[in-house]
Amino acid sequence: MTFDHVLRSFLLTEIVKGFLLTLKYMFFVPRVTINYPNEKGYISPRFRGEHALRRYPNGEERCIACKMCEAICPAMAITIEAEQMDDGSRRTTRYDIDLTKCIYCGLCQEACPVDAIVEGPNFEYATETREELLYNKAKLLENGDRWEAQIAANLVADAPYR
Amino acid sequence: MPKLTIDGMKVEVESGTSILQAAKQLGIEIPHFCYHDRLSVSANCRMCLVEIEGGPPKPVASCAVECGDNMIVKTNSEMVQKARKGVMEMMLINHPIDCPVCDQGGECDLQDQAVGYGFDRSRFNEKKRKVQDKELGPLIKTVMTRCINCTRCLRFLEEIAGTPVLGQLNRGEDAEIGTFVDEFIKTELSGNLVDICPVGALTSKPYAFKARSWELKKVETIDVHNAMGCNIRADVRGREVMRILPRLHEDVNEEWIDDKTRFSYDGLNKGRLDRPYIRNEDTGKLVETGWEEAFAYIKKKLKNIKGDQIAGLVGDLVDVESIVALKDFLSGFDSPNMDCRTDGAKFDPSNRSGYLFNSTISGIDEADAIFLIGTNPRQEAALINARIRRNVLERRIPIVLIGEPVDLTYSYTHAGSSLDDFLKLAKNYAKKNNVKKPMIIVGSGVFECSDGEAVHHALCNAAKDMGAIQKNWNGFNILHRAASRVGALDVGFVPEKGGRDFSGIIDGTKDGSIKVLYLLGADEFDARASIGWKTFVIYQGHHGDYGASRADVILPGVAYTEKDGLYVNMEGRPQKARQASSLPGDAREDWKILRALSESFKTSLPYNTRIQLQERIVEEWPHLGDIDVIQPAKWCVSGKKKKVSKASFVNPVKNFYMTNAICRASETMQKCSEAFNCSDKECLEAA
Repeated sequence: MTFDHVLRSFLLTEIVKGFLLTLKYMFFVPRVTINYPNEKGYISPRFRGEHALRRYPNGEERCIACKMCEAICPAMAITIEAEQMDDGSRRTTRYDIDLTKCIYCGLCQEACPVDAIVEGPNFEYATETREELLYNKAKLLENGDRWEAQIAANLVADAPYR
Repeated sequence: MPKLTIDGMKVEVESGTSILQAAKQLGIEIPHFCYHDRLSVSANCRMCLVEIEGGPPKPVASCAVECGDNMIVKTNSEMVQKARKGVMEMMLINHPIDCPVCDQGGECDLQDQAVGYGFDRSRFNEKKRKVQDKELGPLIKTVMTRCINCTRCLRFLEEIAGTPVLGQLNRGEDAEIGTFVDEFIKTELSGNLVDICPVGALTSKPYAFKARSWELKKVETIDVHNAMGCNIRADVRGREVMRILPRLHEDVNEEWIDDKTRFSYDGLNKGRLDRPYIRNEDTGKLVETGWEEAFAYIKKKLKNIKGDQIAGLVGDLVDVESIVALKDFLSGFDSPNMDCRTDGAKFDPSNRSGYLFNSTISGIDEADAIFLIGTNPRQEAALINARIRRNVLERRIPIVLIGEPVDLTYSYTHAGSSLDDFLKLAKNYAKKNNVKKPMIIVGSGVFECSDGEAVHHALCNAAKDMGAIQKNWNGFNILHRAASRVGALDVGFVPEKGGRDFSGIIDGTKDGSIKVLYLLGADEFDARASIGWKTFVIYQGHHGDYGASRADVILPGVAYTEKDGLYVNMEGRPQKARQASSLPGDAREDWKILRALSESFKTSLPYNTRIQLQERIVEEWPHLGDIDVIQPAKWCVSGKKKKVSKASFVNPVKNFYMTNAICRASETMQKCSEAFNCSDKECLEAA
């Protein structure tokens, strides 16, 4: 036991140092925690949250049922059925995503040639039942309509890096 | 036999072989679009360019250049790579590159080769060409902007199908494929255009946007819509057959199939019997029920039935296993009354050579004169007609038609329409005309008359007179229409000694001597109109068609894509069909139903698994064990000598698109029947 050690334990310097640090964080350092859900943290434009199906500005569905997302999905969470519409266009009659299977890898939005399926910025979609996480086409399109402004902004923000 | 070197490998090929074919023999793949093994060479896509060392200072199209002695060919040199990249860039200039919405996506030649030779951006800043789509009928969907003008479709229609309605119009950038006047492609082989189109310009209309090639389960099976036993591949998703494609079999269908085979699959999901029914005796309505109730009801009704009071009929689409099971079931009652010829044909089934297509289908390529008797092969077996046509074009063999004059897509001599006309012509035909291998193709419709056996006898004798029966050549052929027919005849599903044949059974139901009638998929005759009302009718099958409409009990069986089964084609070639999709509802495999039903009676069938049943079949009929092998039949004259009537032959197929229960349930076939079966005049009026 050295003299230095004895002196430090006798004068309680470490305790004082600790209290000083606490005091510093109480009054002088800006705070790092946030008051969720009233406050929310920063989310990258590349954030991969809840899925959405987008529309063109004229209201037309973007998805053309090419099934690239279905093919690439490593968790096989996507199921698509397609048909020819009355106007001759290629559209899905069924677009299901099983969010309980989804691993949020984002490959579906990478594969999409028309930016129809996207993983949006929403992460607050916890449900009470499992069934609510089996999304169908109506739900996905509704998500798209709700989040369109932010999704579009994110795509623009991320565009230079693609 | 020129010897040449391709990419440093030496090869000797037959003279006349093109460089592309020689490279293929070596396993070197040269990319190409317009070249097709079975079509003429047009050399217009320029994708197959190769370099010939010491030859011209520019690349040459390998599909059109014959191999020369000591040629040194490079298929992968810098010059070739550069040339191919250039060709690909040109091709992609006007191609819309709409792969995500294109049905060819995933199985497209252009897509695949663009991966190797394409560039990810275009230097073409001008406006792309747009071509108007053509309306080619209910089967072929066109997106003509995607067309790369390889002209495979023109050549197919002209050379194989024999209906040259498509042509290349205009020149240069305006060149496009189209019909000269607006018309449908009226041929039974139009579906093959979808296969040969290397891009997505011609795609299948019923399949449009339904599925992607990579998500389908591919099952190799056998077709039942005609008696050829075409080799097909059923592409399935879930329990639905999404499309039918041909499989290569050089001796049967080559690589083509007809439209009925290809497009009638939507009938597999419509009008299906998926649970047992019993007809309520008071109301006369069919009521859904369970298997046990149905079996109990049959047991009650079949109490105290004697052997000669029960009869069985087998329809056109049934596999050999089920036929044998029904035969064994009827033998349990000691019943001799059974027949598979529900079209009413009365030929002599005792000799195998009397009912087979003895020359075999590939034998058509050897024949040097063909007689078509009372048949329209275009409707009864479209691919046999295509094979005959090819031989007419390539070898100029004479074709003689006796019967209704019809459009066969090639020229023939019409030499009368009755049996007498043929008998007169046949006498010493081979000697007189210096023909070595004459071939007689008799339509099965010829025997659909009361003196069928006498006609059979006369035809057999005529074949002999004419010189069609030689040591290594049997030119007597019967063109059957039903996939099950030869199999059923091989296992002897015909009246046994003292038994009744089809017309005898039908007459028996009217006078009450046949009390129980078991229909196994028999939908080819109007059961409601012809079966007497006193008879108890059990129908086992897969579609609610003619047979089910008259049934007192319906037992739901399965269609050809839903079971493993053995089919024997008209040549006597046993082929195995495989189960592609699962069974609908409560339906069960046909032999299993008969096996289960037999337990209600004193003799239950002695097999519990399909393998045991197959062993039982091979034991009694060993030739059915050799899959894809034809056991030639020993020739002897069939039929009975009797006077024959002088009536003209009538072709039995009135509507190519509506010949069996699956086709009748199919919406696509309904559309085809409406679109293609009108005369040209009606079409003009409609347009």
